Amino acid sequence: MQKERPLSPHLQVYRPQMTSLLSIAHRGCGVVLSFFTPVLVFWLVSLASGPQSYEAWQSFASNGFVKLLFLGWTFALFYHLSNGIRHLFWDAGHGFEMQSLYRSGYMVVASAVILTVITVVFAISKGGV
Amino acid sequence: MAEFTLPKNSKIKQGKHFPAAEGTSNVRTFSVYRWSPDDDQNPHIDTYEVDMDNCGPMVLDALLKIKNEIDPSLTFRRSCREGICGSCAMNIDGTNTLACTKSVEECGGGKKDVKVYPLPHMSVIKDLVPDMTHFYAQYASVEPWLKAKTPVSQSAERLQSKEDREKLDGLYECILCACCSTSCPSYWWNSDKYLGPAILLQSYRWLADSRDEAKGERLDALEDPFKLYRCHTIMNCTNTCPKGLNPGKAIGEIKKMIAERSL
Repeated sequence: MQKERPLSPHLQVYRPQMTSLLSIAHRGCGVVLSFFTPVLVFWLVSLASGPQSYEAWQSFASNGFVKLLFLGWTFALFYHLSNGIRHLFWDAGHGFEMQSLYRSGYMVVASAVILTVITVVFAISKGGV
Repeated sequence: MAEFTLPKNSKIKQGKHFPAAEGTSNVRTFSVYRWSPDDDQNPHIDTYEVDMDNCGPMVLDALLKIKNEIDPSLTFRRSCREGICGSCAMNIDGTNTLACTKSVEECGGGKKDVKVYPLPHMSVIKDLVPDMTHFYAQYASVEPWLKAKTPVSQSAERLQSKEDREKLDGLYECILCACCSTSCPSYWWNSDKYLGPAILLQSYRWLADSRDEAKGERLDALEDPFKLYRCHTIMNCTNTCPKGLNPGKAIGEIKKMIAERSL
């Protein structure tokens, strides 16, 4: 009897490509953001339920680890937003050449970092962090 | 469903080492995926030291040298040795390309092992030979021929303007080597239903042809959640195409055609 044919290696051997890394990062950020949505709801509910509940939120949000999570979520939001705009250009039929793909890719990462930094600076200047 | 690890029978083991003859100075090591249906071994990596002073410049030259002089059991497809038949498509140095047009110099920074695997996420028949049956069946499914109802006289050709002919540039050159499709993670996880970049580029080649009169039915056939729309514009396809074509863009054009016709 002949033995079963193997499956050739894929993720194990394919060299990481900027194209696929940015794509999976987009998917990843989308997942992260969906976890963030309930937290956003908690925040709004605590805000609407009066000073006492907002106090409880504040003690939760001032935790160092939670702050780090917020930083990650902020980056995820801006990355997903910027890359979403990149997707809109593709949907309109633009930016498919290899050179523009790399250029738009770097632009997306840069804009996500810059927007995150601006948000953090803004938050600190308002005394929110 | 996406399976990120290899099944038990596909796990890769370390194989044999074939050292170069004494006194050879310009040696490159080739790490080659091996699997035979005739023994009970798992796939394994055999390493061959090749004397590059007496070998052609391309990876295919080295594979032929290995087969001729070191290990005749090494199995791979090849034919034209000039990038037009697409037979020797394989995963070399981490990306998919044709062994005949990939220079050994370019691999592993010109120093490290040259890693040679079959096209990724395919059923392996032997060594570097993947089973292309499903890929070809998918190609047949897009009915890759001219469909026209308008009659022409027996002695006349179906004419096309120069501009219309130019719309086929970058499409007709595809040699169906499957490098792009097997570089696509979406094709890895969904090849049962998703057609993949090569077949979609071929499909667009007929959609873009001014003489073809079956645009509507071709688009109807593609409009479901899987055949076309499992493309998430990852773009590994265009990045790896050994012919410098742009399957990702062709897929974008098909999506645009479907969007535009419903406006």
